[in-house]
Amino acid sequence: MNPAPAAGPPRFAMRGIRKTFGATVALDGVDLSVEQGEICGLIGQNGAGKSTLMSVLSGALEPDAGELSIDGQPFTPHSPVDARRAGVAMIYQELSLAPHLSVMENIMMGAEPMRYGLIDWPRMRDMASRALAALGHHDIAPDAVVGTLSVAAQQLVEIARAIAVGCRVLVLDEPTSSLGRADVEHLFDLLRHLKTQGHAIVYISHFIEEVKTVADRFIVLRDGRNAGGGDTASATHDDIVALMVGQAVGDLFPRSPRVRGEAILEVSSLERGSVSFALHRGEIFGIAGVLGSGRTHLLRTLFGLEPVRSGRVRVGVYSGVARPHERWMHGMGLLSEDRKEEGLALALDIADNVTMTKLSPFGPAGLLFPARQRSAAARWISELAIKCAGPAQKAGELSGGNQQKIAIARLLHHDVDILVLDEPTRGIDVGSKAQIYRLIDALVADSPGQRPRAVLMVSSYLPELLGLCDRIAVMHRGRMADAVAASSLTEHDLLMAVTGGTAA
Amino acid sequence: MTTRSIVERAGTFVGLVLVAIIFGALVGPQFFAPTNLELMARQMAIVSIAAVGMTIVIVSGGIDLSVGSMIALCTVAIAQLLRLDVSPLLAAVGGIAVAAVCGLINGVLITQLRVVPFIVTLGTMLVIRGAAKGLGEERRIEAPATWLNDLLRVTRGETLLPSGIWAVIALSILIAAVLRYTRFGRHVFALGSNERMARLCGVAITRTKVVVYTLSAALVGFAGLLQFSKLSVGDPTVAVGLELDVIAAVIIGGGSLSGGRGTVAGTLIGAAIMTVIQIGCSQKGLANWVQQIVTGGIIVAAVALDRIRSQRATA
Repeated sequence: MNPAPAAGPPRFAMRGIRKTFGATVALDGVDLSVEQGEICGLIGQNGAGKSTLMSVLSGALEPDAGELSIDGQPFTPHSPVDARRAGVAMIYQELSLAPHLSVMENIMMGAEPMRYGLIDWPRMRDMASRALAALGHHDIAPDAVVGTLSVAAQQLVEIARAIAVGCRVLVLDEPTSSLGRADVEHLFDLLRHLKTQGHAIVYISHFIEEVKTVADRFIVLRDGRNAGGGDTASATHDDIVALMVGQAVGDLFPRSPRVRGEAILEVSSLERGSVSFALHRGEIFGIAGVLGSGRTHLLRTLFGLEPVRSGRVRVGVYSGVARPHERWMHGMGLLSEDRKEEGLALALDIADNVTMTKLSPFGPAGLLFPARQRSAAARWISELAIKCAGPAQKAGELSGGNQQKIAIARLLHHDVDILVLDEPTRGIDVGSKAQIYRLIDALVADSPGQRPRAVLMVSSYLPELLGLCDRIAVMHRGRMADAVAASSLTEHDLLMAVTGGTAA
Repeated sequence: MTTRSIVERAGTFVGLVLVAIIFGALVGPQFFAPTNLELMARQMAIVSIAAVGMTIVIVSGGIDLSVGSMIALCTVAIAQLLRLDVSPLLAAVGGIAVAAVCGLINGVLITQLRVVPFIVTLGTMLVIRGAAKGLGEERRIEAPATWLNDLLRVTRGETLLPSGIWAVIALSILIAAVLRYTRFGRHVFALGSNERMARLCGVAITRTKVVVYTLSAALVGFAGLLQFSKLSVGDPTVAVGLELDVIAAVIIGGGSLSGGRGTVAGTLIGAAIMTVIQIGCSQKGLANWVQQIVTGGIIVAAVALDRIRSQRATA
């Protein structure tokens, strides 16, 4: 499958790329090179450094050390525009198209053919048609409005744009996450076609099977370093997973004695029969799955933020659909995965953020005394060791870890029985992570003087699920497999299941 | 309260003091004479109380462009009610109720049609203006003289200020308290600061928004009552473009059009700054166009300063 090794330099190479953010080393001497007419798969778990590496390549971030080259020429992009001029095009999961404009305007954007200072429409149509034809897609009309096309067709338009402006290195980040099966096949055909035309392609995916299908070679990143790589033809799914899995889980995860109580959340045949499970008091139930597997959608549906299309949900003694304020009354609280956009109101103070769901006890006759609101928040600030100037400080002024603790404090202030946590430690420092792990463990612990709560959590970070959870269920393309005892799973098993190898 | 928020609040007040000192120096010491201050208070009463209502709307992340039309409709409604021999008190309440219904309609349209407030109230601005002209048969409606005409008139020796101004002060304090000391008030801030979070936290978004527009419109209705009192007739063409003065007062006072920020006190100071400029310019004998240029400059400067300050705060 590999073309004969080119005699000259690789089409595109990165050598010894290093990038740090404060004390965190995101990339530590990463090498990546792609030949002309080659597809290279880039694989790694969340946080392995894939997106940082791509930001460096696209010019969005400047590396602290290391060099990039295209056709042997040094290349130092300072912005995405620089990278595109040098022939590097990034196709992100979220497409960057103007939905109200036509296909040809999108394809030729920024490179519109001009005549007498005006746009030369006939030539523009012609150039766009040729770009689409080069991809083997005459079926997309240059005059069609992009917003009316399918996601797959929009992706083609974006690739056509990259080709039309002469890009020779194409980077695709999780391109199949919103495509159906048939469209995935078409995309793969297209990528193979571009390969024969001499393009160099970097293919980033969580799905090992996809990389094995479409790529010639693969490179695995782990903890910001090259963990290995090789020909996809000779590597098995198992081999690749072994490279992705890092060191063993340490004692970062405390485990107090837990006693499993009654089921307080029961889900049956939700989402067209594909999700059923029960959550008990005194247990942590984990849901593993890659982005787009439906895990976040499931949590939001349970909480009433998305409509229930089919199936049943029972929370405590309440059955049936409910809206978020009813879920809070039922004793269920949701921690959003998107802290900035949904989890917190960053412009409001800590006290407001912590107490927003339960403002009633702060004064007589429905009144609310800010002083009492602040003293309630102050209790959680000290209990969770939140570093801040006080409860009147704006939430947006705190670090990510402390912000996350505020979002969790809201659930504790409300005193919910069921904590639904979506990515509870995303984007926060290790110290805060350890504190949050201890907190989650203490909530379900069988200790005198407290009723154990129940925790339902979703995480992309598998060691976290394995370390904290009692049972874990894997979601894959909207379906949930049966839950398995976490103690019977290894990170390797779980990663296999999550990436679509075998069911856990 | 952190030191920063004291500085933030003081910022607008310092602006008012500066503007007052400048015009005081230009016009002379009579600028600060009690009668002149009272003139200013009467001048700003209408914009102020409407702006207090607008503060609630802007904090919730919305906007209401139909304020000027509501005031006009309110004056016409009061005049027509008085002509029907309704008691003055009932006519006043009726006028305010008419405005509140307009706000209720705004709120229902915004939440049920899911059209942005700017567009909905741009539409109702025309609809309500049209309704005012229809109800007023496209002319001024003369009304029998009642005590309603005295709300902004000084009755010597009784109190320091006309009753209408006392009412504006009382309502402002009430609304400031509602925003700070009730669940509804905190929900308005949550809604404006991050609507998705408000939904997550179980805030009844539709109900809160409808109440916001209705409550705000009721305050605008009170502004309409004061406008009627000033004119002593119902005038369907009055207060055209007043919504922009009202919005400007909120913005100068620290309100943010993206929601989640704004205070009643800031808004009142904002309204006062604009009034000092207006009265100062006219007493200095400066033409109306100068006054407009100065006011416009102040709006842009106030928001730009605020932006610089908040950037420094987050840096």
